[in-house]
Amino acid sequence: MTAVKRAFERPNGSAAAALVAGGLGSFAVGLMTVLAEASDGLGSLLAFYKPAGPLSGKTTVAVAIWLVAWAVLGRLWGDKDVDFDRAATWAFVLLGAGLVATFPPFFELFAAE
Amino acid sequence: MDISARELWTVIHGMTFGALFLLAFAGGLAGLYSLRPAWVTVEGLKERLSRLKIGMWVMAAVAWATVLSGTYIVYPWYRAAPPEGAADLSAFPRSLLLSSPATASWHTFGMEWKEHVAWIAPIAATVVAYAVSAYGAQLAAHPKIRRALTWFFIAGFVTAGVAGMFGALINKVAPVR
Repeated sequence: MTAVKRAFERPNGSAAAALVAGGLGSFAVGLMTVLAEASDGLGSLLAFYKPAGPLSGKTTVAVAIWLVAWAVLGRLWGDKDVDFDRAATWAFVLLGAGLVATFPPFFELFAAE
Repeated sequence: MDISARELWTVIHGMTFGALFLLAFAGGLAGLYSLRPAWVTVEGLKERLSRLKIGMWVMAAVAWATVLSGTYIVYPWYRAAPPEGAADLSAFPRSLLLSSPATASWHTFGMEWKEHVAWIAPIAATVVAYAVSAYGAQLAAHPKIRRALTWFFIAGFVTAGVAGMFGALINKVAPVR
């Protein structure tokens, strides 16, 4: 009965991949914010669209990291069951780090001299 | 009742896209939360899921529209640099806010927080929309997945709420005209 039931159930890997990738993407938003704050040179490089300044590059890189992570994890975990508790924990740790890193009193600690 | 093109886009960004996302949150949360086998029949689950899937994808699309219109349309107007020696900074909101210690924090804290944290909302919304579509009715039997998605969804709402709140307040103090 369990085997029959399982045949119709989608493994949890896809959900885990989406969540961890989402956490990585959120972390990447925070990381890019901190890095751009720490380096004026990097900030200038990240002005992909000049009128929007470095924000355009920070967010483009973060979204790219998110999508690549999702593609990789989706391929690795998509058709299997993974340790969901562990994956979800990582997803939320990364999401939390991203939330902290995008908070101005935090990222301004890394402001270039 | 004149409204400039810049004011119109600011309204579209904040009061249309942003507000729609925030308003739809309650329905999405209720939909996710109520996906429990004890609470719904098979027919009820089917009925709820089609609405939930559509709603989640619409929310994700609206979240992306909000951050893209904000970053690439409204934000450049906000941060445009005034000409050298300009006395009237009302057309340059960022410079106007930074010109006085009494208003500088609206930019250095409010806008700096809003412009970055907002981008987490569409990522979170897309994750949830995908998983609801991919798992469908199986979410009712997987409380761990459902719980994780619910908290991701709430995180998306909170980040959008912060961005919306500061956007509205900053636009009162230094409107994009």
